[in-house]
Amino acid sequence: MTLVAHELKASYAFIERNFNLTRRYWGWEVAFLVYSVAGALSISLIGADQGSPTLLLTLMVGAIFWNYLSVVFSWIAETIAVERWEGTLEYTMMAPVRRWAQLLGSVSYAMVYGLIHTAVILVALILFFPQLEVANANPATVIAFMVLGSFSFVGIGMIAAILPLLYVERGAQMTFVLQSVLLLVSGVYYSIDVLPGWMQVLSHLSPATYVLEGVRAGLIEGIGVDALLGDVWPLLVMGAVLIPFGLWAFGKAERYAKRTGKLKRVG
Amino acid sequence: MTATTTRQSKKDRWDRHASRVTEPRESWGPSAQLAATDTDPTPPALLVEGVTKRFAVGRKKKPVTAISNVSLRLERGGIVGILGANGSGKSTLIRLMCGLLTLDEGRVEVFGHDIVRDELAVKRLINRVSVDAAFFKKLSPMENLLFAARLYGLDAGTARGDAVAILGRLGIAERRVNRPVEQMSRGMQQKVAIARALLTSPSLLLLDEPTTGLDPRSKLDVQAFIEEIRDDHDASIVLTTHDLDEAERLCGRITILADGKVVAEDSPDGLKRLVAERHGQEPTLHNVFMTYTGRSLDDDVEEDGSKDDE
Ligand SMILES: Nc1ncnc2c1ncn2[C@@H]1O[C@H](COP(=O)(O)OP(=O)(O)OP(=O)(O)O)[C@@H](O)[C@H]1O
Ligand SMILES: [Mg+2]
Repeated sequence: MTLVAHELKASYAFIERNFNLTRRYWGWEVAFLVYSVAGALSISLIGADQGSPTLLLTLMVGAIFWNYLSVVFSWIAETIAVERWEGTLEYTMMAPVRRWAQLLGSVSYAMVYGLIHTAVILVALILFFPQLEVANANPATVIAFMVLGSFSFVGIGMIAAILPLLYVERGAQMTFVLQSVLLLVSGVYYSIDVLPGWMQVLSHLSPATYVLEGVRAGLIEGIGVDALLGDVWPLLVMGAVLIPFGLWAFGKAERYAKRTGKLKRVG
Repeated sequence: MTATTTRQSKKDRWDRHASRVTEPRESWGPSAQLAATDTDPTPPALLVEGVTKRFAVGRKKKPVTAISNVSLRLERGGIVGILGANGSGKSTLIRLMCGLLTLDEGRVEVFGHDIVRDELAVKRLINRVSVDAAFFKKLSPMENLLFAARLYGLDAGTARGDAVAILGRLGIAERRVNRPVEQMSRGMQQKVAIARALLTSPSLLLLDEPTTGLDPRSKLDVQAFIEEIRDDHDASIVLTTHDLDEAERLCGRITILADGKVVAEDSPDGLKRLVAERHGQEPTLHNVFMTYTGRSLDDDVEEDGSKDDE
């Protein structure tokens, strides 16, 4: 067995485990899905209420893509938090697995889970708003931005994932706050122009801002990717920087945790 | 006759398993080739030399020295016991041996592989059972064990069969292996934790109070199983325990820790002889423990209390 095959097997261990967790916590999954669908619907209904198809689409895009990004983000960010919670962290860290393989497993599962979760919401919204007009949408643009956005969110997720390694109690809370800030500054339901100037600085640092701009331009106005390069390159740069940085930071954080004895729970 | 055959087939299965894990191993990465270059032709299962570990406890306070200049050697196929009062550093030492904590000073070698330079090779050779049997509690023992098996690169099909066999040997019926771990008693969970470690056929097994919380019969079961692992599967074992009978039964050598330092090291009989000759006491491990840890259990309670007050 080659080295890579061995590591991919380990990656699969994380995928299978997360799948099993999803299965065993199915009650929560259903509840969470209902909550997400209801949230997306109620926000989109604001657009319907205003009688503006453009506003309806704008809000729908916000609801759907924020759902995707935040689901991907949380699954990755909780890689460590879940194990800390269950107390299995030491066992996993002891196993002969390279960190990239572990993260690859978490990330792959997060993306597949995010896609399925989001697809359900999309179907619910389409059924609810049959009058929706997306004839001039540009699907290639939508897909391109979703893929690009995933990469940068993987990077941010990895950086968020290490917080519970550094801060035993506070780590998961900090992850939660980070996610909320991203929601606020990324123009999920409104144009970032309405934010105060200093917040707009943060908006430009959030990959979600570019993803949502790109998806909206593609879906509502039918603009092609080539005309949206201003939103493409920040995502490329963030993905290219954040993922390697996330891996590097993960290694650093692990060493810090092992030096200061932060992996253990009891015993 | 039948007993011998089953035992033999079990051993075969284990050996098939173990051949992947025991020395010398196929190399997985560039670092593996660097290993075992030491002059020692058959390095011991475990070599701990001059190891020290300190923990920072708050900004201004002096760091706590949990392990201080500890050395220890475990020959292949042996069981070394680590005894000591609560907080003497046993679990910390075990964590240092498996790389869950970094060394401040000193070095650790597992079958000649340096634990820092050759981390992945060492990780493949060891596994650990701690007092805290931690699992994904909603998942079944089988799901938890398969997760572990995959992390160690085992084939899932084989691991499934082995898991049932090992759990069965530890008295956990097959019908229980697919129900959530949270439905099991603590002792049963502890057995699943032992099974998780054994599943990967470790050449060096680190047992941190594996029998704490088990009923007397289960305790004996697990002890018998530990002997079996050592004898039939050629594993070397480090064992910490507060059960002195257990230590006497299982350990070829015993190291006693007090405040992170080694205060005595010998065979159980040697230690007993020592307290008899030097201290004129009855030769029991109980007296050995009391003499070398220099305190009664009441003192520990008081000290813990004063620590909390700080
Ligand atoms: N992660 C950690 N952070 C800070 N201090 C620690 C940590 N782990 C252990 N210590 C300290 O190191 C010392 C040794 O602890 P350790 O857990 O190794 O003791 P032990 O011998 O296993 O005790 P017990 O018999 O109760 O299990 C204690 O003073 C403990 O407070
Ligand atoms: Mg301990």
